[in-house]
Amino acid sequence: MSFVDTSVAAINPRARRRRILRRRFMRRPLAVAGFLVAIAFVLAAILAPVIAPYSAGATDFNALLAHSSRHHLLGTDELGRDVFSRILWGARASIEAGVLATLLAMAVAVPIGIVAGYYRGWVDAAIARLTDVLLAFPFLIVAVGLAAILGPSLTNATIALGIGAAPALIRIARGEALALREEDYVRAAVANGASDLRIIARHVLPNMLSTLIVQATVAIPAAIIGEAVLSFLGLGVQPPTPSWGVMLSDAQSYLAQAPRLAIYPGIAIFLCSLSFNLLGDGLRDILDPRTTR
Amino acid sequence: MSLLAVDGLSVRFDTDDGPVHAVDQLSFTLGESEVLGVVGESGCGKSVSFMSLLRLLPETATVEGSATFDGIDLLRASPARLRAIRGRKIAFVFQEPMTSLNPAFKIGNQIGEVLRRHLDLSRRDARRRTIELLELVRIPAPDQRVDEYPHQLSGGMRQRVMIAMAVACDPKILIADEPTTALDVTIQAGILDLMRDIRERLGTAIVLITHNLGVVADVADRVLVMYAGRKVEEAPVHELFARPQHPYTNGLLGAVPRPGAGRLREIPGRVPSLAELPVACAFAPRCPRADQLSRSQVPDLREVAPQHHVACFHPGPDAEAAA
Repeated sequence: MSFVDTSVAAINPRARRRRILRRRFMRRPLAVAGFLVAIAFVLAAILAPVIAPYSAGATDFNALLAHSSRHHLLGTDELGRDVFSRILWGARASIEAGVLATLLAMAVAVPIGIVAGYYRGWVDAAIARLTDVLLAFPFLIVAVGLAAILGPSLTNATIALGIGAAPALIRIARGEALALREEDYVRAAVANGASDLRIIARHVLPNMLSTLIVQATVAIPAAIIGEAVLSFLGLGVQPPTPSWGVMLSDAQSYLAQAPRLAIYPGIAIFLCSLSFNLLGDGLRDILDPRTTR
Repeated sequence: MSLLAVDGLSVRFDTDDGPVHAVDQLSFTLGESEVLGVVGESGCGKSVSFMSLLRLLPETATVEGSATFDGIDLLRASPARLRAIRGRKIAFVFQEPMTSLNPAFKIGNQIGEVLRRHLDLSRRDARRRTIELLELVRIPAPDQRVDEYPHQLSGGMRQRVMIAMAVACDPKILIADEPTTALDVTIQAGILDLMRDIRERLGTAIVLITHNLGVVADVADRVLVMYAGRKVEEAPVHELFARPQHPYTNGLLGAVPRPGAGRLREIPGRVPSLAELPVACAFAPRCPRADQLSRSQVPDLREVAPQHHVACFHPGPDAEAAA
């Protein structure tokens, strides 16, 4: 460590590390753009009641399938509902499903993965094989199947997406736990009389956190697209509640007259999932110690 | 009465290529406040023997024998009982100071955790005691260092932190497994000095596992020389250096650099594979004194002088070294 390094570190090490991370993040324009757009979508979802010019179900029978205008920024649909407002309201379903499904997947997958990776043995063999089997099915197929069993609603779609995303996360948590249990500080903790539970809580979990955060930002866009797919298929949000998937589904009948009804929610899905993906990529780059400083 | 009595300790690893006998019938004792040096080449079973005492080896290891500490056999104690001993009564310092601290937590919290677990201290008391400990291991500005993360400390500092953590609960025995190997020479001297200091101040018995005879000469009271999983010689430190008996010990001493002593002598050959235990002196293939007897029978330990035991059919100092 150089002289300058230590003296700055001595003042406030945490602030210094934060500053380094922020600087590394700022050097990645795509990540910054992703972050800003993702924040915009989250804000849109939260503030929909405030910023949406119309309520989600409000119909304007004087403007059916209207083009963009002063009154209706992105035009209206076949029932005269304002498309811009519905996209803002629809962001709620998407963000909610994306975030909650990811949290659910984490809550399910991380304990299972840690138990498998930390304890090894037959428990691990059983869990690892089972996740391999589940991973053989594409994520959306599993989610559609589960949603069909659970019945159509946003809550059930979220549960289905969360469980569908769990196997991949189990595998990641297991891999991390497998590597971390061999760390010297784990051995030192054992030699100091720490119990398994304490080692997991203090040594294994905190050190896999950055990996899990990155995985979460990758899982969120997948769940957002998943929610759109399920709602499109009628397994998620039920009309008339707005959701990008529902809007796409409704737009099918009017593709010839008003393709914009499909294009606008499509763009929303695209931008929203892309922004979270870019954010995730950026976080991975800055948190991964193997990438250059 | 001795603090720790190990009797007939054997460790076997079951690997895909068959069993490996890492330790064979090792017996020794450790007295109160005694510093025992354990020397031998890499892979002679030094670390494994002591890790097996606290059952820190992976499940592929089969451990036999007994290790009596405080009236209990460590090798048969329940996991809960063992956890209460690990770090509290018997503490370990490992070779790798760079990676033995959790990078996610401040060093103060890591030392404090041990204190709170074993001694049931409050958060505040643990912190106060942690600062005292950092002072004990001579870390400058302990009240600032306590809030630093491992990556902010140098290797020598981290080893000091590890030692502070090990002596936190005032253990009876401190097992230091090559504590200075990863450090540079000037820092080594400081760490050894610290070990001596800890023994004097706290009365802790110390087991110093090393392949560095200089370190042993410096701090140990008694020395145990191991070769291929067996004890080949044991003696008080002055006795061992003055009158080494086993040809392996002689070989080790011959390989220590001394000013003006000319070319270092090496021990020919290499450490044998531990796949099977030979019914012979394990050192015979490399030994200039080996004969038919050495190759057909395992030599027993014999007392050649008070407290000086050697397992060799032809003990005695090297003619060359004596000259």
